[in-house]
Amino acid sequence: MSTSSIAYHEPQTLGIGRTIEIFRKETKYEFLKLLRNRSFSLAVIGFPIMFYLLFGVSNRGTNGSGIHMARYLLGGYACFGLIGAALFGIGVGLAGERAMGWLEVKRASPMPPMAYLFAKCMGAIAFGLIIVTALTALAVTMGGVSLTAVELVKMYGISIVGSISFASMGFLLALLIPANAAPGIVNLIYLPMSFMSGLWMPIQYLPHWLQRIAPALPMYHLAQVMLHIFGYANNTSVVSHWVGLAGFTMVMLGTSWLVFNRAQQNA
Amino acid sequence: MPATALMRETAVERFSSETRSQQVIAALTNVTKRYGETVALDGMNLALRPGEVVALLGPNGAGKSTAVRLLLGLIAPTAGMARVFGGDPQTPETRLRVGAMLQVARIPETLRVREHLDLFRSYYAKPLPVAEIVRIAQLEGVEDKMFSTLSGGQKQRVLFGLALCGDPDLVFLDEPTVGMDIEARRGLWQQIRTLANRGKTVLLTTHYLEEADALAHRIVVINKGKIVSEGTPAEIKSVSAGRKIRCRTRLTVEFLSALPGVMSVEQSGDDVVVMTPHAEAVVREMLLRDETLSGLEIASPALEDAFLALTTSR
Repeated sequence: MSTSSIAYHEPQTLGIGRTIEIFRKETKYEFLKLLRNRSFSLAVIGFPIMFYLLFGVSNRGTNGSGIHMARYLLGGYACFGLIGAALFGIGVGLAGERAMGWLEVKRASPMPPMAYLFAKCMGAIAFGLIIVTALTALAVTMGGVSLTAVELVKMYGISIVGSISFASMGFLLALLIPANAAPGIVNLIYLPMSFMSGLWMPIQYLPHWLQRIAPALPMYHLAQVMLHIFGYANNTSVVSHWVGLAGFTMVMLGTSWLVFNRAQQNA
Repeated sequence: MPATALMRETAVERFSSETRSQQVIAALTNVTKRYGETVALDGMNLALRPGEVVALLGPNGAGKSTAVRLLLGLIAPTAGMARVFGGDPQTPETRLRVGAMLQVARIPETLRVREHLDLFRSYYAKPLPVAEIVRIAQLEGVEDKMFSTLSGGQKQRVLFGLALCGDPDLVFLDEPTVGMDIEARRGLWQQIRTLANRGKTVLLTTHYLEEADALAHRIVVINKGKIVSEGTPAEIKSVSAGRKIRCRTRLTVEFLSALPGVMSVEQSGDDVVVMTPHAEAVVREMLLRDETLSGLEIASPALEDAFLALTTSR
């Protein structure tokens, strides 16, 4: 038996090209995995489209308060959709992979941990962009909404930023909640917060006390940034909403880091 | 004792004399691992030498998986040291040379076998070719199937295949055949032997005692986080209570117990069961004293018995 030759291989170095290749494949398969998982992809893409058809496209005119509903709700449901993709794709998905033991197999491999997080984030962004594209197509073709190229580009940009921001919340949820309760808990956070942040109807229509709570909600800030493109934002400056969104992301990432480190110490 | 077992044991002896002097490639040194009040491992020492197949054998909760997870750098010891290839098991350099098949409830089900292999191969600079992984893990014909459509045995073989992607020098198999039927289990045994023949070092945990006996050069029996016994399968068996004589006889239990070399006598239905390290002498005496003696059987204790004797007496 030739055992002497096996103990010392020449060291394998991780070149930049190979690192990029790992990130690319990890992302590709994360996206394929989500796309083929119909309970995820149909729900996450289907619900915003269905709601937009029911409440947005059917309200083509401008109402008494000067709000063109199809236009307002394009912004609202774009946020609703991309946040759903981030919370369910990462929050529920990662919690499941952690509980099944799959995350441990990945951690035992030489996979760079950042590749895993990057792929999860890119998956959320990709689904966010798919949803925004589908909603925009419906708005333009059926909702009587007209968008300039600049508005469209801004929408995509904010969609990417929003996906990253809520991906951080997905990571924290995945670390905190048990996998079998994850879909329920995420819905309990996601649905009421969407309503209270004015994603389903103009926030001006909500009771005043709810409007006063809204600035405490991260979805409100994302919605305001998005609606600013269409001229439907509140009177507060858009900078304050960017700050709110950035602050929220920092808090989520910081807390995730603390929770993760504590879990590592106890492991 | 079957002839094949004898042949295998001589092979094992030849093997141990070859490798005894060689360096250690993975070791737990005086490792204690506590989870709160629970002690999972208690002053554990374990060393793996190149090319050997070691079985960690023990009941559920003995600390087998904890030992594997420490050597994989997934958890850190409370006290003591885990070393693999002379370094920290957590570093990427170490992980490039290690393969692991862990106990996993499910892996992402909406990817094809080929896609899972493609992704894992990308983590290594010099991965095994896909065809080679498919051949060793016996995945021919299922490469393009979704993971969700595979049978239990096929799923385990995919996990085995993932552990081989980087052509690792050291392979950890945590309960590799759990939930498999006999045929699938024997198939995987053959694959594990193939690994050993390629000169890989294998650490295998199992509570299938037959499995440890069939595969390992060395068995480490652990219970409640401590090593109870360690040796070749033959040595482990010899620690137990000798051989088992079973027959129908008119001789009384008192008489049999008084025979020289008899360790225990039990009435089992119409039969009597005698345990002794000197089976031939005892049987000769019994046949002389009782001409009506019938239904005689003499058996070596299965590793199972040895194992039970080892783990329950402490």
